[in-house]
Order: sequence, then C-alpha cells, then structure tokens
Amino acid sequence: MIEARLYLLQRGSAMLLAPLVLIHLGLILYAIGDGLSAAEILGRTRGSFAWAAFYGLFVLAAAVHAPIGLRNLAREWLAWRGRSVDAAALVFGLVLLALGLRAVWAVIGFGIGAGDGA
Amino acid sequence: MTDETLTVEIWRGKDTGRFETYQVPHRQSQTILDVVTWIQRHREPALAYRFACRVGMCGSCAMTVNGRPRWTCRTHVSKVAASGGVRIEPLRNLPRIKDLVTDMTPFFEKWQTARGRFEPSATRSEPMAAIPSDDPERRIVDAGIECINCGVCHAACDVVAWNPDYVGPAALNRAWTLANDQRDGDRAGVLKAVSAAGGCHACHTHGSCVEHCPVGLNPTAGIAGLKRMTLSALLKGGLS
Ligand code: SF4
Ligand code: SF4
Ligand code: FES
Repeated sequence: MIEARLYLLQRGSAMLLAPLVLIHLGLILYAIGDGLSAAEILGRTRGSFAWAAFYGLFVLAAAVHAPIGLRNLAREWLAWRGRSVDAAALVFGLVLLALGLRAVWAVIGFGIGAGDGA
Repeated sequence: MTDETLTVEIWRGKDTGRFETYQVPHRQSQTILDVVTWIQRHREPALAYRFACRVGMCGSCAMTVNGRPRWTCRTHVSKVAASGGVRIEPLRNLPRIKDLVTDMTPFFEKWQTARGRFEPSATRSEPMAAIPSDDPERRIVDAGIECINCGVCHAACDVVAWNPDYVGPAALNRAWTLANDQRDGDRAGVLKAVSAAGGCHACHTHGSCVEHCPVGLNPTAGIAGLKRMTLSALLKGGLS
C-alpha cells in the first residue's frame, strides 16, 4: 500500500518534472545567451505570481521525487532498511523543500527585502 | 574443448568450497545435465545435484552455467561451451545446501508472500466456471501460466540480490496470472499482497528475468501490469 503510494508519487512527480526541467534549462540558456544581468532577471521575476507558481511547483515536485528515489537506493545498495531510512528520506525531502522554497522566495520576493531590482 | 573431451569445473562444498575440474567425454547432443550425471556416476559419487524429468517440465535442474542461470537438462553443451570449458555452480540468490543443490524454500515462500496461490471462488459441487479461451483476461493468464518454477529468473534478477524482501519475478508472474483469473475468489487480495514492501513496485523493469526464462515467459510485462493494476486500485481506494 505505502509502496504503491510512493510509486505513484514518484512517477507522478517525474511526469511533472520532465517538462519543468526542460523549461528551466531553456530559461537558463535564454538568460545567459541574452546576457541578462542578475538585476534584470530579478526585475522580471520579482512579484511575479506566474514565476512563483512555476518554481514553487518545481521545488515541490523535486522534494517529492528525490527522497523516494534515494530511499530506494539506500534500501537496495546500502541495505539500509526500516523506519530509520524512511525518516531520513522524509527529513531529506523537507530540507529540499525548505531550501527550494527559500530560493524561490529570494527570486520572487513580492517586493519584500533589500535590493528590489524592479 | 577438443572433440573428445570437455574440461568441466564444478563447485564442491557449500558457501565455502572450491571448483573441482573433471575431464568428461564429449558426446553429440550432450546436455549440461548429462555432463553432471556422467561425473557423478563415473568420478564423484558424492556429488550432489538435483533433477527429475530431464525434459524441461519439472523445473528442478537449474544451475549456473558459465555465469548464467539455465535449465541444465535442456541446455546443450555445444551451446555454452564454445570457448572451451564449462563451469557449473549452484543457482544464485538462494541458500546453498551442498555442491549444486540450493534450498528452494525461500523461493516458494515468496510465492506465498505475493499471494501466488489460487483462492477458489466456488466449491467442487458447483458447476465449473465457463471461461472462453479467447477471453482477453484468460489470454493474459495463458501467457504466463506455463511457469515450471525453476528459479532461473529469480537467480537472474539483480533486485532479488539487492533486496532480500523482494519476492521476485516468478512469484509476481504467478500473482499476475491470478489477478487476471476470473475464477479466483480474492483478486483484490493479490493486489494488496503485491503492493507491500518487496512487491511489484520494487522491480526495475530491466528484463533480466525475460532474458533468461527458459520457457519464454515475460515476468517483466506481468509486473508492469501489476503496477498498472495496483495504481488504478489505489486511485479507486481498493488497496486499503
Ligand atoms: S524486470 Fe524486474 S523482476 Fe525481472 S529481472 Fe528485472 S527487476 Fe527482476
Ligand atoms: S518464470 Fe520462467 S524462469 Fe521464472 S521460474 Fe517460471 S519458468 Fe522458471
Ligand atoms: S530435469 Fe526437469 S526441467 Fe530439467
């Protein structure tokens, strides 16, 4: 039951991540190719609900996807099983989520914080 | 390998032991089981190995031959000894008993864990269920039903080696046939059993079982089918 749920979550998040990662990579190429400065980038992202939603979803999907895969790896390759590996995977997911959301907040910010580039 | 003589290495012992080398006369159409039997009859009466039918029906003769799991009674020497010699070991992923004999108990226990046994939905006094042979579900069952329980796929599967809880391709293949069997009285129970830790979701779909199954079954496809079935049962709330 729990395995079937995790399987569903991992495959579902992978399906979300596939297009998100491609868009994200495209964005990086675009931003670098166009020589946008950090201030210019922040000027476009600050306060944008669309970018907040895009990267919020990205972070959420990654925070669901990665710990499930690592849990499988730990169980198969390190023979680390039982509740401790489940707890470690959960903590890892939460750390990813916190770090990711903090980064999203730094880029979107909704006009709060220093150095508003808009 | 000369025309007349084969050099054969055979594992003697249990977990610790050694390979012993034997010279065996090479005959036409000789199988690996013939070779082992010749050694046991003429050179090493204490050699332990297992077989019964000699015609690919019973599934008891599987061993590791030159690194690959095989049914030895249907494996011709000429097919595997091209590079000169034959090295025969017990099947992988199972406890060893002696020489070429493994303990199949965990293999069959895993069939039970995966609910790989028929649960009747009717008694013998009721009329027999009439299921047309071209029924789509019955066709799925027919495609997977000819398993001879040889354990070759179990030995070929890396996930079985990595994860002691994993029930393995043969047990899941059987569960898949039951999940599609209209006569089974508890098909939901099969889906629950294969959704536990070590069930179908642990499979990596790398197909080593298909590659090695001597009767040409496709456990990978059945396991993928179980993943689909369990997901739709999960979404409909049928797994709790
Ligand atoms: S497909 Fe699945 S069951 Fe078959 S060998 Fe690979 S992991 Fe094992
Ligand atoms: S599925 Fe094939 S390899 Fe596996 S036990 Fe059955 S017959 Fe043997
Ligand atoms: S001896 Fe029966 S399958 Fe080989």
